[in-house]
Parts: sequence; C-alpha cells; structure tokens
Amino acid sequence: MARITMREAISQALMEEMDRDPAVFILGEEVGVWGGTYAVTKGFYDKYGPERVKDTPIAENAIIGGAIGAAMVGQRPIAELMTINFGFSAMDYIVNQAPKLRYMFGGQFSVPMVIRAVGGGGRQLGATHSQTPDAIFAHFPGLVVVSPGTPADAKGLLKSAIRSNDPVLFLEHATMYQVRGEVPDGEYTIPLGKSTIQRPGKDLTIVTYCKGLELSMKAAEDLAKEGIEAEIVDLRTLRPLDMEPVLESFKKTNRAIVVEEGWKSYGVGAEIVSRIYEQAFDYVDAPILRVAQKEVPLPYNRNLEQAALPQVPDIIAAAKEVLK
Amino acid sequence: MDKENLIQMYYEMVLIRRLEERGAELYQQGKIGGFMHLYIGQEAVSTGLIAAREPRDRVITAYRDHGVAINCGISANEVMAELLGKSTGMSKGKGGSMHMADTSKNMWGGHAIVGGHLPIAAGFAIGDQYAGNDNITICMFGDGATNIGYFHEALNLAKTWNLRVLWVCENNQYGMGTAVDRASAVSEIRQKAEGYGMKNSRVDGMDVVKVHEAAAEALKYIRTEGKPYLLEIMTYRFRGHSMGDPERYRTQDEVKKWQEDDPIGIFRAYLAKKKIALGNDLDGIDAQVETEVQKAVEFAEASPEPGMDQLFADIYAEN
Ligand SMILES: Cc1ncc(C[n+]2csc(CCOP(=O)(O)OP(=O)(O)O)c2C)c(N)n1
Ligand SMILES: [Mg+2]
Repeated sequence: MARITMREAISQALMEEMDRDPAVFILGEEVGVWGGTYAVTKGFYDKYGPERVKDTPIAENAIIGGAIGAAMVGQRPIAELMTINFGFSAMDYIVNQAPKLRYMFGGQFSVPMVIRAVGGGGRQLGATHSQTPDAIFAHFPGLVVVSPGTPADAKGLLKSAIRSNDPVLFLEHATMYQVRGEVPDGEYTIPLGKSTIQRPGKDLTIVTYCKGLELSMKAAEDLAKEGIEAEIVDLRTLRPLDMEPVLESFKKTNRAIVVEEGWKSYGVGAEIVSRIYEQAFDYVDAPILRVAQKEVPLPYNRNLEQAALPQVPDIIAAAKEVLK
Repeated sequence: MDKENLIQMYYEMVLIRRLEERGAELYQQGKIGGFMHLYIGQEAVSTGLIAAREPRDRVITAYRDHGVAINCGISANEVMAELLGKSTGMSKGKGGSMHMADTSKNMWGGHAIVGGHLPIAAGFAIGDQYAGNDNITICMFGDGATNIGYFHEALNLAKTWNLRVLWVCENNQYGMGTAVDRASAVSEIRQKAEGYGMKNSRVDGMDVVKVHEAAAEALKYIRTEGKPYLLEIMTYRFRGHSMGDPERYRTQDEVKKWQEDDPIGIFRAYLAKKKIALGNDLDGIDAQVETEVQKAVEFAEASPEPGMDQLFADIYAEN
C-alpha cells in the first residue's frame, strides 16, 4: 500500500497490464514521445518502444476504429482520446460499432478494448473542451462505462477493464490527477459494474461518482459538523449500473440526492432517481434532488465557469433541502 | 504592393509579436487561463495572406488565432480583453484565446476542434454560391489537421461542387509534438490536394512578401476559375504548442536555427534593402506598437468581468 496520485495509479495499472500481457498496447495522440498530454504515459515510450506505445496522427476515427479492429483479431488495445470531447469526432465507432459488433454477429467475436479519455470542466478550456458527457455514452447497451473517483478504484478498475472482453470507456477527470489516496501495490483488481459505499452515514444518501465524489466527500465533512451524517454511494461504473448499494442505503435513509458534473437534463441523476422511484417507492420520504451542471455550454471566463459547475455549497443546500 | 501597405504589414507583424509576448507574461501571472497557443514565428503567414484578401472575403481559422484576429482588423484592446475573459472581448469573455471572431471584419472565428472548421468553411462557400456571391472563403489550418477525415471530406466536396475556398495549410512542421513525417503519409501537404484534382502550391512562410504574392495569385485563380485552391505555407512556431509544453520532441538547436529566420527580421531587411523604410522609421513603429500593447493591457485589466446574466445569454437565438 502506498499513498499515490490518481495519475500514478492509472500509470501503474497500465504498466502492470502491459508487463503481464504482450497483447496490450497503447495508441493515441501524443501518448509516446510527449509522454501523454496529462503525463499519464510518461516514460512508457522509452520502456516499451514505438510498437507498444503508438503515437497516432490526429485522426480519432482511425484511433478508435483501428483499436476495434485490432481487438477483434486478438489484441488488447488501449486507445487514448486526448479528451472525451474529441470522442464526438469518433462517435460512430464508440457508440455505433464497438458496442454492437458482438451482438449483431451472434457472438462470433468480441471487442476487448479500452478507450481511456479525460473529461470534465473547471480548467477554462471553453465550451468544446470542457464537457462531462458521461451519460451520453452510458446510454448505449454493449458499452461498459467506468469513471473512478479515487486512485485505488482507478487502478483496480482499469486493470479489470483491460482484462475485460468487452469495450470499456474509461473516463478520467482533468482536475483529479493530483488527488492522492492509498493504493495497493501490484496485483489489485476491482470488478466492473459494482457500486460501493465510500462513506457510511444514516441521515441521507448521496449517490455520485468521479468528480462528484470529491465534492460530495467535502460536503459530507461540512454536514457532519452540523450533525448530519451523509452516506455516499460511489457508482464507479455507469453501465452496467449496480443499484444494490444505492437501494440498500436508501431503504435505510429514505432521503437522497444525486451529484454529477454533467448537465442535469437526461443525465445520470435522472436515471438513478427513476430507478429509486421504480424500485423503492415505499421508502421515499422526500423528493430526491439532483445537483448537476447548469444547462449552458461552459464559458471560458473563470467566474462564469465556476458558477456553472456544481459546487460543494450546492450539495450542502440540496442535502438540507431533502432533510426538511 | 505600395509603401503604405508594406508598412502596414510590418506594423501588424510587430503588433502580433508584442501582444503575444505580453499575453505570455499575463498567462504566467495567472491572469489568462485555459489553453493559449502563440503565433510567434508564424506572423508572416496570416499577415501576408490576409493582406491579399478583399474585405468581402471570409476568414476562418483554428485556435492559433490571435494573429489572424489582428490581421483582420480586430483591435489589440479586444484581443487582450478576450484573453483576460473580460466582457469587452469580442466574444464577451466566453470564448477565450481559442475563440476570437468578429463577423463585421469577416473573421469567422478561431475553432478548437482540429479540422472541425473545414467543412464549415466549405459551408460558407456553399452559402455564398447559393446566394450568387463571388467572394472567397479563406480557411486556415495546421499540418496536423490534414490527417483527420474532416479535411478530406471538405476538400473533396469543395472540388466537386466548385466551391470558392482558399485552403491554407500552415505547415509549422509539428502537430503538438508529432513531426509531419511521423503522422502524414506525404511530407508535402500540398500533395494531398492532388488527390482531389485541386490546384495547389507551396510557399516560404517566413517571408511575408512571398506569402502575399502566393496568396494573391491563388485568390486570383479562385476568383477567375470559380474553383478551390490549396496553398501550403511553410513556417515554424518559435514557442511551445501551447503554454506549458515540455518540448521533448525537438531540440533547442532546431528552434534556434529557425529563429535566425525570424519573419520580422527578414522583412526589416527587405524594407531597408528596397529603401522603403530605414531602421529608424521601423523603430518608430516598434515604439508605437509598444504603447498600443500597453494600452491594450490597461484596457483589458480595467474592463469588467462578464456579469452573471451572461451565463445564460446567447444559448439560443432570439426568435
Ligand atoms: C479532433 C481533435 N483532436 C485533438 C485535438 C487536440 N489538439 C489540439 S491542437 C492539436 C495539434 C494540431 O496540430 P496542427 O494542426 O499542426 O496545428 P498547430 O497547432 O501546429 O498550429 C491537437 C492534437 C483537438 N483539439 N481536436
Ligand atoms: Mg502544425
């Protein structure tokens, strides 16, 4: 066990899996000589060489489409999108090809690939470069969508993603690479599709993931000072969605909020709230609220951007509201 | 080109250089955020190019857009204000460095998705063709952008539909840290136009006079023939891809060698040799630019932040 950053945890998972399985290779823009634009693959090019750390042209369709093909014939490519925003340029491959090929051809082949992509706002990158469009991708059956909120989960989930025989979209957050946490050394995997309790509590349930986890943990600390104990359920995987810990917690607290960074409309919160109403209606003591991004394309100006993003005080206010 | 226009080009090149040098300082001080891509080293490209357009010709470019904005006639004040995210910027502080546009100057924006604006440029020409206009759309992009599908779809369409677009590839030898020959099947980008039967040429982009001549010729071809043209302009960025580039992909020697071909230095020498302007005159322009940039910084710093009402403004058009 060592206390390392999210960046180090992801790096470690990639390296361990590359060392373990020669079928694993990386392709993407600036992953090699540059060392990754977020420095996740720093040193990889020197260690593994250009065959296993492939710098690609700026060609998102060729990156994702190429990874799909290589996966179909037996390799285990990790395709890196410089940011998830550029995934829209390869949307057909991500949502219309990778998740469907196995099913459509009656299970004759599978697509064991990982798409790593960083997303999220808060860095003043403007409307096209700051999105948290996780929910869009989670809409498609056949795709696995993972988004960790702690370094340990990042490592364990990424290793499982690389070993999975299905296409996995692995979403990281641009402002969380420096987040530190205890991470087991060496072999350590966490099953995909399992939500978990990150903080126990009895008064209300906060359902969240990724950046929302970081914000919710801070909010929970502040709430605790006022005697309110929030239980935090971290989804970790958005598809397939594991509702068990959510429902279990909710049946105990009877009150919940959902925190996500993406837009509220048609978002992760909408899905979670519907499922609670469908599966635990008898336990509902108050309307379930959503904390999410304001419905605007993110602006460059710092104040405006921060005003659009969900913040700790928004979570505290929503928590108090459902406890009224 | 007459003396006045040559001097104007010199002034614009120096203005871009000084404005960006100050911008870099303000970025280090945390007054500018996000991604900022400097044009330093490439000033002769857009300066020579835009000087050859008619005001009715539209211009669209990528995120490396400060120079293009200045050449299109956007004021230093507005560029600086947008960099600082102020309400007096041309995009009201909501676009930032990568998103400068002023349609009154026929500058249709910097665009941050690599290659994404090329089909849009084709669309400008479709709109103009549909309206019976004979103006031209000048679309600028990097070498790296020619490897993405958007480029190929746009060029094919432009040639097939006889769209009046001047495609301008600013070949600065790298897309981020990837050298052209590591990412592109052909090292001369202009060869890609051959595949679409499109007229093309290549020019030295460190010499503003040559750029201007090549651009004027290409524009003339488009205007008379009613067909697109691809112009490849060879250049080099003196600074990192954006602020905070570790620059592991090139040597300091290589950068130094190119810096000896400073487009401003080359142009100064040309102006002196042709006896158009002497060192003293040009120093006078430099001093004038210095003051203008200082005023722009003061203007931007004194300008108000956009109000919270701006957060929800301009999402949808008024109907
Ligand atoms: C579709 C897409 N993929 C990746 C990026 C990230 N990116 C921004 S600039 C850039 C390099 C572009 O190089 P080039 O076209 O040569 O232009 P230059 O920066 O050299 O002016 C990359 C990869 C992006 N903005 N859009
Ligand atoms: Mg380039």
